[in-house]
Amino acid sequence: MKRILIVIICMATLVVAMSFTGKPPAKGSLVLCFDHYVGDRVLQLDTATYTNELGQAFTISKFKYYIGNIAMQGADGGRVAFEDYHLVDEEDEQSKKIDLGHLPAGEYTGITFTLGVDSIDNCSGAQSGALDPVNAMFWAWNTGYIFLKMEGHSPMSNSPGHIFEYHIGGYRAPYNCIRHIALHFHQPLIVGASEMKELHIKTDAAEILKTPSTLDFSKLSSVTDFHNATTIADNYADMFSMLSQK
Amino acid sequence: MVKGLKIGMKNKAIVILLLVCAAMLGFTTNNYFVITKEDVVLKIPKGFPKPYYKFKNNKLTPEVFLLGRKLFYDPILSKDSMISCSFCHQRIAAFAHFDHPLSHGINGLIGKRNVPPLQNLIWQNSYMWDGGVNNLEVQPVSPITNPVEMDESIAHVITKLQRNPSYAAEFRLAFNDPEITSERILKALAQFTGLMISANSRYDKYMDGTDTFSVSEKNGLELFRAKCASCHEEPLFTDNSYRNNGLKPDTALKDKGRGMITGLEFDDYKFRVPSLRNIEMTYPYMHDGRFRKLKDVLNFYGSPENFYGNAAKEVYEIGKLSEQDKKDLYAFLLTLTDKTFIYDKRFIDPFMH
Repeated sequence: MKRILIVIICMATLVVAMSFTGKPPAKGSLVLCFDHYVGDRVLQLDTATYTNELGQAFTISKFKYYIGNIAMQGADGGRVAFEDYHLVDEEDEQSKKIDLGHLPAGEYTGITFTLGVDSIDNCSGAQSGALDPVNAMFWAWNTGYIFLKMEGHSPMSNSPGHIFEYHIGGYRAPYNCIRHIALHFHQPLIVGASEMKELHIKTDAAEILKTPSTLDFSKLSSVTDFHNATTIADNYADMFSMLSQK
Repeated sequence: MVKGLKIGMKNKAIVILLLVCAAMLGFTTNNYFVITKEDVVLKIPKGFPKPYYKFKNNKLTPEVFLLGRKLFYDPILSKDSMISCSFCHQRIAAFAHFDHPLSHGINGLIGKRNVPPLQNLIWQNSYMWDGGVNNLEVQPVSPITNPVEMDESIAHVITKLQRNPSYAAEFRLAFNDPEITSERILKALAQFTGLMISANSRYDKYMDGTDTFSVSEKNGLELFRAKCASCHEEPLFTDNSYRNNGLKPDTALKDKGRGMITGLEFDDYKFRVPSLRNIEMTYPYMHDGRFRKLKDVLNFYGSPENFYGNAAKEVYEIGKLSEQDKKDLYAFLLTLTDKTFIYDKRFIDPFMH
């Protein structure tokens, strides 16, 4: 009797298992697009002049940053995580479209990611891909990645050539500049089987210069180490917002 | 008769020529160009702790090691292709810069710090006098890109190496693929520098029971253990910490050391506790090379009134050193010289021949 029961349980388990593994889960795919703005204007390197909160004119000549730990939040409470780091660079159109590949079909309510590079990946020696030091987003004298670079000009800057340069990085307390971003979708993203979705995120470079700290180019035109780095990191923590989904 | 003599002399000349050729051939085949698998086996010396750098994802092979050695000695890594790693890290000085207080670089520029010797690097958890570099593999990026050292970009190093046909062959040999990447350059250099292990000094033999110390050397070791070993911990002769040793900061260099890395005032004017192995050959001394002789160093530490600023309690604990104490310590410190390390064929400049 016991034996029959065991056989029945085994068979039932097998049937249940097969129902899970027999059919591959439906998958769609997702491309993450970072659209760069300064306020409500599309970012244009060098040619467009913008003004900050203090009415100071400026142009931007370089704008690039690291994105990592991307995860999609499922409506059912589950999470789909993606491993790689990506270097998003205004000068490289392709880098602004991150193909995340397959994503299980379903309903998603939001996305989380980090701006920056985790501490462990700042200490792991020679790396390739986005984290290759050839990308010039790496500090050699104080090992670690530069999480965000924004450079440009402002007549108010007192640096030689009226440049400003913000190279923000650092993974050690109290100068940790990694910021965790969580964006909630205005309406759930439904990914159907074999469907390719595009998620557009607005990156507003103007936010780097304000909230909570309003930056004055005449007072702070160069940040290239831990001095004032967290001030700018706190500013860039809110530079991302949801734009659209296609 | 005369003819016969002539032939004899000719023969002699040929024999001598052949002998010279054979000697040269023997030299080139039985020398440092040949690195065997055995040569690149990591052997942890007796009594040494586990290393921090374990060659993880960087399997030691003769080919990668040889590539690393060539890169180390090749000035192609610098902007003007004049300055190699070995320009400052000279084998005869235990890979420090012989008789140079401060590092020298491209265009005759002078750096801010004394060139540290390269030895037992895999037991360090950070590099540089301020510990700013956190992994052996990325260490070379710092001197290569430093404007007063090699002043080159990693991207341009790769371009230059790509133009050089011999490197394509060597990268293929090392990685089964000719592609030249920063990761491969850095891992090859890490194999070469990581195997620079010095653990065969008279001190090591004394500890092993295979050598004896003079009375002065024994007294020196005893004094050393009582007064110096709290920072210069055996067997590596460093505890891998950063301390303010009481040197008055140089007003021209304005070097805050560790504080510039951590951003903590608490760390200002602290510098790496360096290993003392091979100290006989690594003069001048201290992070800014201010002391020319080992005796100057002993005189400094032996007089507490010399200490400036927020010096670590350990330097005060040394107390006054008598002239005899200094002589004994000096005698002991010379036992840390490791000639087998200096003359190890694996570390010889491959461009010499």
